[in-house]
Amino acid sequence: MSILIDKNTKVIVQGLTGNTGSFHTSQALEYFGTQMVAGTHPKKAGQKWTAANGAELPIYANAGEAKEATGADASVIYVPPAGAGAAIIEAIEAEIPLIVCITEGVPVLDMVKVKDRLLKSKSRLIGPNCPGLLTPEQCKIGIMPGSIFKKGSVGVLSRSGTLTYEAVFQTTNEGLGQTTAVGIGGDPVKGTEFIDVLEMFLADDETKSIIMIGEIGGSAEEDAAQFLKDEAKKGRKKPMVGFIAGRTAPKGRTMGHAGAIVSGGKGGAEDKIEAMESAGIRVSPSPARLGVTMTEVLKG
Amino acid sequence: MNIHEHQAKAVLKEFGAPVAEGVAVFSVDEAPAAIDSLPGPLWVVKSQIHAGGRGKGKFKEKEAGEKGGVRLGFSKEEALDHVKAMLGKTLVTAQTGADGKQVNRLYIEAGADISRELYLSLLVDRATSKIAFVASTEGGMDIEEVAHATPEKIVTVQIEPSTGVTEADAGKLCDALKLDGAARDDGMKLFPILYKAFVEKDMSMLEINPLIVMEDGHLRVLDAKVSFDGNALFRHPDIQALRDKTEEDEKEIEAAEWDLAYIALDGTIGCMVNGAGLAMATMDIIKLYGEEPANFCDVGGGANAEKVAAAFKIIMKDPNVKGILVNIFGGIMKCDVIAEGVLQAVKETNLAVPLVVRLEGTNVEAGKKIIANSGLNVIPADDLDDAAQKIVNAVKGA
Repeated sequence: MSILIDKNTKVIVQGLTGNTGSFHTSQALEYFGTQMVAGTHPKKAGQKWTAANGAELPIYANAGEAKEATGADASVIYVPPAGAGAAIIEAIEAEIPLIVCITEGVPVLDMVKVKDRLLKSKSRLIGPNCPGLLTPEQCKIGIMPGSIFKKGSVGVLSRSGTLTYEAVFQTTNEGLGQTTAVGIGGDPVKGTEFIDVLEMFLADDETKSIIMIGEIGGSAEEDAAQFLKDEAKKGRKKPMVGFIAGRTAPKGRTMGHAGAIVSGGKGGAEDKIEAMESAGIRVSPSPARLGVTMTEVLKG
Repeated sequence: MNIHEHQAKAVLKEFGAPVAEGVAVFSVDEAPAAIDSLPGPLWVVKSQIHAGGRGKGKFKEKEAGEKGGVRLGFSKEEALDHVKAMLGKTLVTAQTGADGKQVNRLYIEAGADISRELYLSLLVDRATSKIAFVASTEGGMDIEEVAHATPEKIVTVQIEPSTGVTEADAGKLCDALKLDGAARDDGMKLFPILYKAFVEKDMSMLEINPLIVMEDGHLRVLDAKVSFDGNALFRHPDIQALRDKTEEDEKEIEAAEWDLAYIALDGTIGCMVNGAGLAMATMDIIKLYGEEPANFCDVGGGANAEKVAAAFKIIMKDPNVKGILVNIFGGIMKCDVIAEGVLQAVKETNLAVPLVVRLEGTNVEAGKKIIANSGLNVIPADDLDDAAQKIVNAVKGA
């Protein structure tokens, strides 16, 4: 099994007709035939969108109509930042089970409103400001490069996009492969936290080990460490490798990701590393040794 | 984006928050009229820089005197002397770094009789995804120290997005700050005002330290520090107009124009990376091999050759840069496009320091070929580890 998405997942695209949406939807269609089933655009309903390989997708006025027509169970959002919050709320109102927002630069107070709606709904949101998720040889939602993946046993989760690729690439090179990789995004207010995904990886039989990549800012890594300790007491435990980006980042400066900031004496790398190690995660000091470290951990 | 105290107070005043009368001055010539426009008998002259700890700061120049960056004038003459002493001088505080910051403007404000100093701030609490008030009776101090030494003296009140500040929320804050009488009435009005200002202007932080209870029993915002969410500035042209570029690093301003995330640091190895996490990790691995990064630079997901070239030129403007590491893991970005951009920049800048390029991801073979066939002095690297070692060795050998 994988988590969240597999070959049966049907995906609609909000923001399909823009450059980014178009490019990545074509890429997804070419990735083991990911079921991209429709797009939305308020003014282009009834038109067709044509992929790079010539495939055509219907365009509907909104997420609700697209879901009704296609039975989609996921939506991926490439809408620009000013409209991304509204697009997520549109998907929540359409009761789409899995919403993935790739958009970078969504105003944080828009996300506060979104989160309020989300908590009162049945939808799960991944992101915003994330690379999406991918289950090898089955389904690709978002912008991760499919070529670096290999079907296997490692669950990968990360706050950072390109560092997710590092973890994937390195576990592929080690021959381990992945069950699913999930980029939860670098913003301070987001749909899905580490704990949510860890719970799914712990419950998934095919996931034999987990790589978790955090970064400075907030306390999500500490919360995840506590969760893992509590679960371990119940006998639920898998080998884990971790990494925290931003050890060298100066205090009080936001490092690209709106969430990556050390402030108020909280969110520093050393505290996170200590918390993760105390939960039994082998934290690699080097981002280049995630795969090798996992092989070492698995050898015991 | 940060703004100055006098600007923050003007924004809060717009929403009806109680602030003192005051005038900002940019030159000594403007000062007498500004001082005359305020009633006295006390004039507070405050340095306006984007850093905290101004009161306890110290000027570099001897002629500015021994006092800090916030001075009391008990007469018009004394206030004017403070203006002359501080304007144009360099203030060093706990937050400015050793170089300090030049004081290009002062805020002259009517003084107040302080009975009690309180702390109040608003922020987005990422643990709850809600806006939260943080309140403490221990105002005027470093709140991080208060949080460390006496955490029980800090009260947090979460606000439901669907309701805003309720009577009950405001009441809790009044209790936390031990407000009664006129101050309590003021507080019940002030908390919703601050929340409204925070939401409507897309603030990321609003800190009032101190909020004071005056001798007459009323509340006043004595100091105010406001930051705005950079991602929401597009809908606030009025706030954008408050930007003071003299407070920002020149290279960072240029980077922002190219939509690059660049932060100047103190080391010797310039970095150009795609993705914030990988950019931080690249800095970390440079340090792991014994050198220091000269900058954080995230060229983002959608960079083209021109943008890559611009990033390169900005990195090279830092005279401390002794070598450059380009680390690109292309998901959206195509490696051949990056390679073209790097080569273009190398030619245009007549690059004289070692350059290590690590490419991975989409179109990686085409990208590597472009670098290899360029005939330029570029060191290719196979992976992140290899790249970091190569640039560190190249810089150390130089």
